[in-house]
Amino acid sequence: MRETIRFFLGDRLVTLDDVAPDRTLLDWLRHEGRTGTKEGCNEGDCGACMVIVARRRSSSEISGAEGEASRGRAMPSGVSLRAVNACIQLLPMLDGAAVFTIEDVGSAEALHPVQQAMIALNGAQCGFCTPGFVMSMVAYRNADTRSDDDAAIDSALAGNLCRCTGYAPIVRAMKQALAAPDSSFEERIRTLDDRLAALEDRADVEIETAQGNVFLPASAESLAHWLVAYPQTLIVAGATDVGLWVTKAMRSLPRVAFIGQCADLATIEETEDGLRIGAAVTYEAARAALARILPDFGVLIGRIGSTPIRNSATLCGNIANGSPIGDGPPALIAAGATLHLRRGETRRSLPLEQYFLAYGKQDRREGEFVEAVSVPRQKEETFYRSYKISKRFDQDISAVLAAFALCRDDSGRITEARLAFGGMAATPCRAPRAEQALLGQLWNETTLEAARDALAEDFTPLSDMRASAWYRQTVAANLLTRFYEESQGETMRLAKAGSLTHV
Amino acid sequence: MSDRTDTPEGTEALLTRTQSAGNGPGNPEVAADASASKAGKIPFMKHESAMLHVTGRALYIDDMPEPKGLLHVVPGLSAKPHARLVSIDLDAVRALPGVVRVITAQDIPGENQTSPVHAHDEPLLATDLVQHVGQPIFAVVATERAIARRAVRLARIVYEELPAVLDIDSALENGGALVWRPLTMERGAVEPALEAAPRRLKGRVTIGGQEHFYLEGQVAMAQPGEAGEMRVWSSTQHPSETQHLVASVLGRPHHLVTTEIRRMGGGFGGKESQANGCACLAALAAELTGQAAKMRLDRDDDMVITGKRHDFRVDYEVGFTDQGDILAVDMQLAARCGWSADLSGPVTDRALFHADNAYFYPDVRFRSLALKTNTQSNTAFRGFGGPQGIVAAERVIEEIAFATGRDPLDIRLRNVYGTGTRDVTPYHMVVEDSISDLVMTQLAERCAYRARRDALRAFNATSRSLRKGIALTPVKFGISFTATHYNQAGALVHVYTDGSVQVNHGGTEMGQGLHTKMVQIVMSEFGLDAQNVRITATTTGKVPNTSATAASSGADLNGMAVLDAVSQIKARMVTFAAEKWQVTPEAIRFTPEGVRIGESLVPFRDLVWQVYFARISLSASGFYKTPKISWDAATGRGRPFYYFAYGAACAEVTLDLLTGENTIDRVDILHDAGQSLNADIDIGQIEGAFVQGAGWLTTEELVWDKEGRLRTHAPSTYKIPACSDRPAIFNVTLLEDAPNREATIYRSKAVGEPPLVHGVAVLHALSDAIASLDGYRHCPGLDAPATPERLLRTIMQVQARAAQGEPS
Repeated sequence: MRETIRFFLGDRLVTLDDVAPDRTLLDWLRHEGRTGTKEGCNEGDCGACMVIVARRRSSSEISGAEGEASRGRAMPSGVSLRAVNACIQLLPMLDGAAVFTIEDVGSAEALHPVQQAMIALNGAQCGFCTPGFVMSMVAYRNADTRSDDDAAIDSALAGNLCRCTGYAPIVRAMKQALAAPDSSFEERIRTLDDRLAALEDRADVEIETAQGNVFLPASAESLAHWLVAYPQTLIVAGATDVGLWVTKAMRSLPRVAFIGQCADLATIEETEDGLRIGAAVTYEAARAALARILPDFGVLIGRIGSTPIRNSATLCGNIANGSPIGDGPPALIAAGATLHLRRGETRRSLPLEQYFLAYGKQDRREGEFVEAVSVPRQKEETFYRSYKISKRFDQDISAVLAAFALCRDDSGRITEARLAFGGMAATPCRAPRAEQALLGQLWNETTLEAARDALAEDFTPLSDMRASAWYRQTVAANLLTRFYEESQGETMRLAKAGSLTHV
Repeated sequence: MSDRTDTPEGTEALLTRTQSAGNGPGNPEVAADASASKAGKIPFMKHESAMLHVTGRALYIDDMPEPKGLLHVVPGLSAKPHARLVSIDLDAVRALPGVVRVITAQDIPGENQTSPVHAHDEPLLATDLVQHVGQPIFAVVATERAIARRAVRLARIVYEELPAVLDIDSALENGGALVWRPLTMERGAVEPALEAAPRRLKGRVTIGGQEHFYLEGQVAMAQPGEAGEMRVWSSTQHPSETQHLVASVLGRPHHLVTTEIRRMGGGFGGKESQANGCACLAALAAELTGQAAKMRLDRDDDMVITGKRHDFRVDYEVGFTDQGDILAVDMQLAARCGWSADLSGPVTDRALFHADNAYFYPDVRFRSLALKTNTQSNTAFRGFGGPQGIVAAERVIEEIAFATGRDPLDIRLRNVYGTGTRDVTPYHMVVEDSISDLVMTQLAERCAYRARRDALRAFNATSRSLRKGIALTPVKFGISFTATHYNQAGALVHVYTDGSVQVNHGGTEMGQGLHTKMVQIVMSEFGLDAQNVRITATTTGKVPNTSATAASSGADLNGMAVLDAVSQIKARMVTFAAEKWQVTPEAIRFTPEGVRIGESLVPFRDLVWQVYFARISLSASGFYKTPKISWDAATGRGRPFYYFAYGAACAEVTLDLLTGENTIDRVDILHDAGQSLNADIDIGQIEGAFVQGAGWLTTEELVWDKEGRLRTHAPSTYKIPACSDRPAIFNVTLLEDAPNREATIYRSKAVGEPPLVHGVAVLHALSDAIASLDGYRHCPGLDAPATPERLLRTIMQVQARAAQGEPS
C-alpha cells in the first residue's frame, strides 16, 4: 500500500500525498506555473491543453509496434508518448507516468523540429492553440503509426481545434517536422524507460483527502475486494466522460477507483475465437486488434473522439457508462460481443445488448465492475459494416451510429441478422422488427425495403441539437440501403466516411 | 498636433511630411507611390510572436502572474428567456466558504449600462427584467474560481415568465420589434422595373448565425490603484470602449481607467463589444473588494452569454432578361439581433452594403430589419453582416442561372460592375475600380473551372450515391468603418538613445499579424532589423480614443498612423543631419546599412545619439484619418468605403446522397491584397478565413430549444471545422501587380474580413451537386448552414420534384 502518487513532470519527480480525486491535471499544471498549457474548452474537445504522457510499453505493445513497418526514424523505444487532454485527466491517473508540457519540448534557444516548422510555415496566428498543436505533433512524430499521409495527419490532429489558420499551414509544418532528425527531447525520451521502471512497485495506492478518496488498484483482485467493501465507489478508467462531471457539472467525487493502470485489466487476449479486451484497454490500444477482427470498425474507431481522447478513453468505459450515443456498443453488439462482469470472485457474462436496461440504467450490480468485453471472430460468410453519421467527420458525437452483420446460407437466405444502432433510442440496441424482416429472406431490394419499413417501427428517435428525429430515422434506413449496396459490391463511399480500401 | 488633426485631408498632411523627410515630391499620389515602391523592399518578417507562440511563452491574460490576493469572479445567469425577476435569494451563495462578495445591480456605483452604441438597452447586471437565457443577473467573487462556479449554482431566483420571441419568424409574427432603425437603400424605381422585366422571380434564403469560438475565451483582470485608479487587462478588440465602459460603470472619469491588451487568443469580432462585460465585472469586483479580481468565463458560459454572428432571413425579388441580365432587385434582409442593440445597427447596414456583392443592379431597393429577440445579443463577426448580404446576392445569381439554363459563372460575369458605366452601387457610391470580371476570369482559367465542370457532370451522370459539384464565386468587400468617425487612428513611436525603437498604436493583436505589419513599417522606414524594433501592448495610456480593431481596418489605419509618427521623427533627424553634414534633405536616406547622408554612411544609433545630444525630440505621436469617405444613413447615400477588396474562390465538393455527408475536395482562391505588406500573413488570413467561412455555411449550426436555451454551447455540440475539414487540395494565390489605387499604407489592401466570403463557393458547389438530381433544371434553394441533415432534406426535395412530373 502506497499513500502517494508519483510521476515525472519533465525531469522532476513529483510526489503528491494530498491529491483530491477531482483535481485535473490542467488546473494543477497551471497552478505550478506551466501556463503554456491552455484552457480552451475544459471538456477535451479543443486540444489547447494538450500534454504528452509517457509510459513504458506493455510487452504486447512492443511486439505489436515491431510488427508495424516503422518508417525512416529510429525504432520505437520502450516508452510510448501519447497526447492527452490535460483538462480531463484527473491527477491521480498520472501515477507512474512522465508528463511533458510545451515547456519541456524545446525553448527559444533550442527549438524542437516541430516548433521550427511551425514558425517556418506560419502555423501560428493567435497562438493560443499552438502549444497544444505542438504537443500533438511531437507525439505524432514519435508515434509508431507516423506517416506523412494527409489522412493520418488529420487523424493525429483531430483533437486540436484552430480557428485562425484553417489548418493547412499546420499540416505543412507536420510534414516538415516528420522529416527532421531527432532533437534533444527525443534523446531524453530514450533514457526514460529506466526512470519509469523505477516507479513500478505494483502497489495499491490509497489516498484520503478532505475532498474525497483515491484508490488505485494494482490488480483486478484488489479492485474486486475494494468494490465489495466500498460499493459506492466511482470507477474511472480514462475519465473522458467523468472529467466533464467535474469540469462542467461541478460534481464532487467522494470516492474513486482509478483503474487505468491496473495491469491485468490492461490486456488484450487474442485467440481463435476472437478477442478479450480488458477494462483498462484504451481505444487506441485496442484499435489494431479490433481492426483485425472487424476491419470496418477498425477504421471507424478513427472517428471516435479524437486521438487524445482515444489515448485515454477505454472501450469498456464506453460500454460501462451506458451512454445511448457511445459508438463502441452498437458496433460491438452487431458483432455479437459478450460483456464480462465481476463482483468479488463471482463472474458472469452476458450478451452486450442485455447490459443496457434503460436510459442511464445498466445491469451492473452493487460492487460489480466490468472486467472485459469479448468480441468473437466473425464467420467467413458474415458481412459486417459500421457507419457513423455526425455533423462533422472527426471528433463529433454521432447523430446515428449503425452497425450491421448479416449471414446467408448457400441458398442465399438470411440466417443471421444483427442490426444495432446508437442515437436511435435511450440505449444502444438492436432493431428487432427489421431483423425479423430479414431472417429467412433472400437478400434483395424487396427484402431491403421491408427491413427499411420495419426500422420505422423499431425506433422513435429524439430530436436534439445533433439531428432531428426525421433525419435519424431517414438516415438509419439509408444506411441499411448502403449496407445492402455494399454487400452487392458497391465500393463508392466518401473517403472521409471510412474508406473501403480495408475490406 | 493641431495642424495634423485638423487637416481636412489627413493623408495629404501626412504625405507632405513624408516629402519633407525627403521621400517624395509634393503631389500626394506620387508621394504615396514612392511609399508604395518600398513595398518591394519592405523587410520580410514572420509573425512577431511566432517564437513565443510555439514555445508556450506568449502571455495571454490568464497566464499573467497573479497579483497577491487575486479574487475570481463568476456570473450568475438567467435561466429564462424573458421574465420579470420576482425575487433573488443569494443567501446560500454568500454562505459558501470562500465566497467573498456577491454583486448585484444595486452595487454598481456608476451606470448599469454597457451598450456600445449608447442605446441604453444593455444593463451589465439585470435588475427587474431578464431578456435571454444566459443574461448575467449577479456575480460571485470568491477566493477560488471553482468555489465561485459552485456558488452561482446555489442561487434561488423566482421568475415570472413573459412571452419570449426566439427567432426571426416569430419576431415578424409578433410585431417585429426592432433594436435599431431600419435602413433603406434605393436607386432607380424598383417596382416599375420589376413590372417591366421580361422575367422575374421571388424567393427566400435563410442564413444561419455563427459562434466565434475564439480559442481563448473572454477574460479580464482588474487591479485597483491609488486615488481611484483602475487598471484593467482585457482580452478586447476595443480597449478604448472597454476603458470608457469600465469608467462609466465605476462612475469615474476616463483618465482614471487604463485598459491594456498585449494579445488575444483570437477575436474575429467576438471581442469587439463582448469583452466589455468581463472587464466591467472584474473592475467592479476589484472596486468593491479593494483587491485584484479576474473574470475568465468557462467556455459554456461564454457561449451562452455572448452574442454571435446574426442569422438572417432574406426575401428577394429579381427581374431579369432571358439572357440573365439583372434588371431590378428588391430585398428585405431581416436579422435576429437578440435582446439589445449592441452593434446590430451597423451590422444590418453592412448586410445591405453587400447585398449587391460584385453586381450592378440597374434598379434596386434594399431594406433591413434589425429584429429584437430573446436570445444572445448578436454582434460583430468577421464580415459584420456583409457575408450574409453576399450569400443573398449569390442566391439571386443562382436563381437566374437555373432559370435561364446558364452556367452561374456566366451570369456572374454578365452582371459585374463596369468601369465608367454600370458602376453605381445601391448606396450611390461609384465603383471606380471593378476588377471582379478580371479576378473571376483569371481564376477560372487557372483552376480549369470549365473543363472540371464538364468532367463532374460526366461523373454525376453515372454515379449512384455520390454527386460532385463545383462553383466559382466572387467577393467585392467595402473597406472602412461605415461609422465615419471610427476611421481614425493614433500611434506612438519612441526612438531611444541606443537606436532601438518602441512602437505602439491603437490597434490590437488577435493573431491577424497587425503588430507584425506595424513593426515592418518601422523597420522599413528607419532601415532597422527586427531586434531593434519592439512593439508593446496596446494600452489606452499610450494611444487614447482609439477605434476598435475591426472592419479589417487595423493595418490601413494604424499603419498610416505609425508611418506618420515615424515620418515626424525622421523629418527631425533629416533636418538635423542636412544642416550638420551640409547636404540637401533629398540626399539623406535611411537604409538597412545605416543612414546615407550624402557620401557618408552613419549608423542609425550614432545619428540618433547626435540628434538627442542636440536636444531634439526622438518621440512622436502619429495620427491618421481616412480621406474621401462620407455616409448619410438618412438618405442612404455617400461614399462609405475608401476602396474595395476583391477576390474569387472556386470550390469542388462530393456529396453523399444517402446521408448528406460531404467533402471539400479542392479549393482555389485568387485574392486581392493590393501590394501585400506580408504575403505569409495575408495568405494565412485568406486560408483561415476561407475555412471559417466554409464552416459557417456547413457544419456550424446554432440550435436553441423552445425554452430559449442554446443547446450548442460547447465544442462537443457546436462543430467548427477540424483539421480534416480543410480542402483536400487548397491553392491560395494573391492577385499580382495590384497596388491599391488609393493611397493606403504602401498601397496594400485590408485582408481580415473579405476572404471569409470565399466560403460561399462551398455552399454553391453543394447546391450544384444537388442540382444534378433534376438535370440542373431548378435552383435547389439550399439554405445555410448546409449540415448533412439540411443537405439530405434538400436532396430529397429535389428528388421528389424530379420524380413528380418531370420525366427525364
